[in-house]
Amino acid sequence: MKNDNIVLTMRGICKYFPGVNALENIDFTLRKGEIHALMGENGAGKSTLIKVLTGVEKLNRGEIALCGKKILPKSTKDAQDIGISTVYQEVNLCSNLSVAENMFIGREPMKAGGIWWTEMNRRAAAALKRLNVDIDVTKTLDTYSVAIQQMVAIARAVDVDAKVLILDEPTSSLDENEANKLFETMVQLRNEGMGIIFVTHFLDQVYAVCDRITVLRNGELVGEYEIKDLPKVQLVAKMIGKDFDELNASFKNMSSVAHENDGEVLLEAKKLGKKGTIEPYDVVVYKGEVLGLAGLLGSGRTEMAKLLFGADHPDTGELHMEGNKRNITTPLDAIKHGIAYCPENRKSDGIIPDLSIRENIILALQSKRGWMKYIKRSEQEKIADVYIKLLSIKTPSPEKMVKELSGGNQQKVILARWLLTQPKLLILDEPTRGIDIGTKTEIQKLVVDFAKEGMSVIFISSELDEMIRTCSRMVVLRDRVKIAELRDQELETNVVMNTIAGGN
Amino acid sequence: MGSIKNLKKYQMFWPITALLLVLLFNFFFTPGFFKLEIKDGHLFGSLIDIINRGSPLMLLSIGLTLVIATGGTDISVGSTIAISAAVVASLVGGEMVFVDGMQEYVTLVPMPLAIIATLIIAILLGMWNGTLIAKLGIQPIIATMILMVAGRGIAQLITKGQIITIYYKPYFYFGGGYLLGLPFAIFIVGLVLLIIMLLVNKTALGLFVQSAGCNSSASKYAGIKVDRIKLIVYTLSGLCAGIAGILISSNIKSADANNAGLFIELDAILAVALGGNNMSGGKFSIPASIVGALVIQSITTTIYSIGVPPEITLVVKATVVIVICLLQSSEFRSMLSSLLQKKRGDQVENQTLSN
Repeated sequence: MKNDNIVLTMRGICKYFPGVNALENIDFTLRKGEIHALMGENGAGKSTLIKVLTGVEKLNRGEIALCGKKILPKSTKDAQDIGISTVYQEVNLCSNLSVAENMFIGREPMKAGGIWWTEMNRRAAAALKRLNVDIDVTKTLDTYSVAIQQMVAIARAVDVDAKVLILDEPTSSLDENEANKLFETMVQLRNEGMGIIFVTHFLDQVYAVCDRITVLRNGELVGEYEIKDLPKVQLVAKMIGKDFDELNASFKNMSSVAHENDGEVLLEAKKLGKKGTIEPYDVVVYKGEVLGLAGLLGSGRTEMAKLLFGADHPDTGELHMEGNKRNITTPLDAIKHGIAYCPENRKSDGIIPDLSIRENIILALQSKRGWMKYIKRSEQEKIADVYIKLLSIKTPSPEKMVKELSGGNQQKVILARWLLTQPKLLILDEPTRGIDIGTKTEIQKLVVDFAKEGMSVIFISSELDEMIRTCSRMVVLRDRVKIAELRDQELETNVVMNTIAGGN
Repeated sequence: MGSIKNLKKYQMFWPITALLLVLLFNFFFTPGFFKLEIKDGHLFGSLIDIINRGSPLMLLSIGLTLVIATGGTDISVGSTIAISAAVVASLVGGEMVFVDGMQEYVTLVPMPLAIIATLIIAILLGMWNGTLIAKLGIQPIIATMILMVAGRGIAQLITKGQIITIYYKPYFYFGGGYLLGLPFAIFIVGLVLLIIMLLVNKTALGLFVQSAGCNSSASKYAGIKVDRIKLIVYTLSGLCAGIAGILISSNIKSADANNAGLFIELDAILAVALGGNNMSGGKFSIPASIVGALVIQSITTTIYSIGVPPEITLVVKATVVIVICLLQSSEFRSMLSSLLQKKRGDQVENQTLSN
């Protein structure tokens, strides 16, 4: 009896990419007539799971069953034929074709060797009517708003007799009204008995329409929950990766950052902002403190840092350093004013893979000095040796190419690059991501040490306990807005989580 | 064996091997290829000829190596040659003038001025490419294609559709003169090479070019002005092409807007590739590109000297180039060696069986 209700089961799903276990033993169950949210931070494995289900990627191990029958989709077309339809984040229809053409492309009703236009238009209109969308289906798709286009995509997905509908971040390009319209449609389809998988980053939307949540983290299953059993704060805790109760029980601030800021301001941002990237914010950084930027991915942490470093151009506000207004429009300006920035994505924005450790280390100092004043080779070698020792970078030689090092050692090379410029403010964006636990603590300790020596540090990390351990003050962001500043006794896991989640 | 393995790691290994192979072929099949003669105090011979004829190509490959190291390409160098040849020819060319039955050498403007003007125009053309690519973000192959196509038209406008003959004798020295028994063009190439090598190795330019080509986003975060680096390399490439244009027009004593430097950009890119430089940017070696240019010129000269019928010269050249490229491809080499090993393995197996 229980089985009648289940549309889709995935059991023990494993998917490995070279060097990464993208999915490890994932179970997922979808019931008839439910909207099931798939949640997790970036890299948690949501999209890989969807890709495995829709035949884009082949799974390494595990079983998928649709209505009790074992299936193994080899392509998206394959998946569609057996009743699994997907609507992606970007509308991938042809904007220069009519609505009806878009809905029936590849499966046009035929009559007497030609397309049966009247039937096609009638059926298209009927399918849309079912979703409460009443539009002229003979007009080209681009005459309609993105929301309607999204509806057309859904109508198309549903019309092919789908049992499972996957919505992969369908609301990211919609405004609130449009999103609400989409939710109505989702609820209607659910009531008709369809199983819907909903992937999104927006917490509020999950609580608005979903019945059940499955949370993934780092390619592993955290659990499946009924929505009423999982308050928002707990969901955040599960996504970030700390069991809420365990954290709540007792997590004393291990940080020994003697933080008595004597009020000396290093940097002050006044109403600094960029439209569509981050709302104008005020931030003060004191000398010798570790300031944390907390928030979920996409909350504006990185964007905030990029504006300070001149990697992005603010369209409002101004920046003051040590009391003087500074005009920082390029990273080079920032470097010259003593700001350093370790970008979030080490591979694409950090290392120069084919250059040696030595060359990678001196790079920022060299650009600070200008291309004419080349650092002498002997001096370069000396610098490299010093920093390899200082940060205990594990390498047989400074001439080894950086791409041959492990992630943690690469991160240390980038750290060395910035320390060499003797920055007053060091911005570290996810410096410990993808690094083994030993190096992680090493880097955290270094950060605290730098601050003790008088350097100011802005620390960005998705791992809350790491933030609490290292930071002496925290700025919290949500949906690209700075919402709070926490200090002293407020720096506790549940306070921070509550602030990130925005109450219950 | 170990020392050969060590040698193979150097970028120069394969280009030099290719050059030696071409020369070895000539040693056996082209009589008198290595003969050097002294006539009127000048050195003559096929080897000298290769270096002399290859001068424009070597110049281009110097500039292009830097461009390709940033991850770009420049297919407009042939047209830049045509334009600079047209400019210099119309400035120094002029008419044949006889005074008292003796030919007088007159120029429209003094020759040094004409050459400086030409080089400035070549620099401007390079900057045009650089601006399109670095500031306006047009893809390099498209951006330089604009000048490649339009450039020949501009050159024709300058020459008014004619082939301008140059009569001013001192000008012929660049492409046809001798210094210390060697063609003067070699010294020009040597000087340009020296200056660029100093620029690349004694300043941080080389490091920045490699860094920008290898990971431009990370380079920007490290404070390198990647667009300025690009502007510089395209400008240098334009300048090199301008000098090559002067050499060519001086050598053939005329400026032909249609044919000067036609398709030479392809040879130049090939030279950089034969030098073992990565087409997608990053680490580079200019001397290796020079060797690559010499390989191409040696092939061309060889084809002429062994008397390959003109209708199949291109096919022969293409075949040789394919063979060299295959030799350089590490994938092909490993394929070949695994194939050989398999064969050897089979033999061993057969032997043990028969035993």
